Amino acid sequence: MEKGYKISFLEALESESIHIIREVWAEFEKPVLLYSIGKDSSVLLRLVQKAFYPGKVPFPLMHVDTSYKFTEMIEFRDRIAEKEDINLIVHRNESYIKKGMHPSKFGMDKCCKFLKTQALLDGLSSGDFDAAIGGARREEEKSRAKERIFSFRDEFGAWDPKNQRPELWSIYNSKINPGESVRIFPLSNWTEIDIWEYIKKENIEIVPLYFAKKRDIIRRGGLILLADEFNEPREGEEIEKASVRFRTLGCSPCSGAFESEAKTIDDIIGEVMAAARSEREHRAIDYETEGSMEDKKKEGYF
Amino acid sequence: MEDRKDLLRLVTAGSIDDGKSTLIGRMLYEAKGIYKDQIASIEKIAKNQGDDEIDLSLLVDGLKSEREQGITIDVAYRYFSTMKRKFIIADSPGHVQYTRNMVTAASTADLAVILIDARNGVLEQTKRHSFITTLLDIPHILVVVNKMDLVDYSREVFENIKEDYLEFASRLEVHDIQAMPISALKGDMVVEKGDNMKWFDGRTFLQYLENINIISDRNLIDFRFSVQTVIRPNLDFRGYAGRIESGVIKVGNDMAVLPSGKKSHVKSIVTYDGKLEEAFTPQSVILALEDEIDISKGDMLVRQRNVPEMSSVFEAEICWMTEEPMLEGGRYLIKHTSNIVPAILKELRYKIDINTLHREDSRELGLNDMGRVIIKTQKPIMFDPYTRNHATGSFIVIDELTNTTAGAGIIWYPSGELPEEE
Repeated sequence: MEKGYKISFLEALESESIHIIREVWAEFEKPVLLYSIGKDSSVLLRLVQKAFYPGKVPFPLMHVDTSYKFTEMIEFRDRIAEKEDINLIVHRNESYIKKGMHPSKFGMDKCCKFLKTQALLDGLSSGDFDAAIGGARREEEKSRAKERIFSFRDEFGAWDPKNQRPELWSIYNSKINPGESVRIFPLSNWTEIDIWEYIKKENIEIVPLYFAKKRDIIRRGGLILLADEFNEPREGEEIEKASVRFRTLGCSPCSGAFESEAKTIDDIIGEVMAAARSEREHRAIDYETEGSMEDKKKEGYF
Repeated sequence: MEDRKDLLRLVTAGSIDDGKSTLIGRMLYEAKGIYKDQIASIEKIAKNQGDDEIDLSLLVDGLKSEREQGITIDVAYRYFSTMKRKFIIADSPGHVQYTRNMVTAASTADLAVILIDARNGVLEQTKRHSFITTLLDIPHILVVVNKMDLVDYSREVFENIKEDYLEFASRLEVHDIQAMPISALKGDMVVEKGDNMKWFDGRTFLQYLENINIISDRNLIDFRFSVQTVIRPNLDFRGYAGRIESGVIKVGNDMAVLPSGKKSHVKSIVTYDGKLEEAFTPQSVILALEDEIDISKGDMLVRQRNVPEMSSVFEAEICWMTEEPMLEGGRYLIKHTSNIVPAILKELRYKIDINTLHREDSRELGLNDMGRVIIKTQKPIMFDPYTRNHATGSFIVIDELTNTTAGAGIIWYPSGELPEEE
């Protein structure tokens, strides 16, 4: 008899995430789902759909667009929003985009600060959103390992790692004062492999950039960049063709691809299982200084 | 195969410098749960500090401020899998002033790993952590005597510590205690047995984690379903979304709605992946009932012949978690299942000295204090004693002014045993 009442770890994770998402809807005035178009967002979207089925997703999705996202990501975003009948808000920091904010000119930290962090905070306050659901996972990075599932943010959107609310059992504290907000991470306990296993099990559509394909690339300082409208070859560099894919997706100028032949989900799972490197490695952002993610999060970064 | 693995949640506790982070770092390292670039990053730190050997504990101590102080200040969650299981480790800091973190980390654990430094034996901290473990009703305790390499892998040292511990633990209610010797630094008994402790014939640390039986710890008897939200996509469908906190439910089963006491039957169990004939804890589902009843968030669905306690006065063990002390007679909010209710912490019956387990009189609970409190809520809540049902027997206390989570509560008794009420 007991055997029949056993659920797998993926089902346990799914159930926990759905419980968290419903709790957000029940307790906040105006939640929003931060949709980054990546694989974690795709899983998150499916979980949100499951949480409210047979009803519709009751809150909007917001994409913070830096203007440097891969074209394939934007196409995917618009197609999914239409297909899944989703209320999509796109927020951009237009004034800084017009000022020519770019990592190559102002450095990555500054570019992220204005086009991601500030755009996110502006987007949240312009919609009066008091809860922002995101797809971050504790396994991704050391400072995230200590983040709460309901993670409190002050009026400046800042995270105070030394003064976090204790979080016990699966009872979440949603109480805030006006102007404050909470970031909610339903995927906190998922690992990268869990995400891939779930994508496979649920047959979830993801951006094609995750799959290996012969693409035009530029090699620069250890990174493999896609040769697209955002990345022109500099002096001494040339465009070559290679079979590459992305493990995480972000902005084209700062997201590195790597050489791979993984063309299917199974190939990817095999590759990730065997991988000896963590998934954020190809992102330049975490590596600028020791503890850089922690510093960004204190400022309000996701 | 991969998706039939189950999930084990464990908490690790120990005093400062017991080598907890080293043990976890070693596990991740040997179970290939660590990536090369993360190792490269701690190699860089070791180099900057002029150390020859890499320090595996750095894989676990995440925040910059912690690394500066060399101690773990907040609960960190770690993940790894083997062929048999997926593990979530809540790593709880050992420092005295951070007891609240141990309670936090312990609240979701199936197993508590308590570390003891072989050179120091059973300390006050060990007792404190064990007490919290039993208070939070973690079904299994594994006592790990670490740093055996520093006591020449002496069987006698291990046996003495084990005996001391079991003597202390005889005063606690624990279902299952095991003890084992280990050297996290050298790796003996972590994943491989090693050659230094052939006298010990038990399992290695990893073997223990992979094989411990946790399925039977679940409550499949008492059906409890706390309604989170009502799903009403059209006039033809009205479903109640929530998670099965305990028990099993089938289509056609009788149903009682609390607190109203209205009765009905289960019409359907709905999920995105199709309708189910039967569902069980901890699944998140939507229940539709045969009759139109007014049900809202915080209501509880149960079987008619198996109902929880329903009372606005009850007694609980509270662990206080914030600087501002808990005052007798103070007004707070309580969040219990998906319900938020105003409450008065009416009477502090006693405070517990968690080192001696003695009860003492007190008018307030300070940060990291624990005590037995009589609580009165504005409206009745539906609960079970914590040891019977963790999900319906636990709550958090919220300070209305600061909104912080000020305390954690474990319900022991309904009002029956209480002194005179007004």
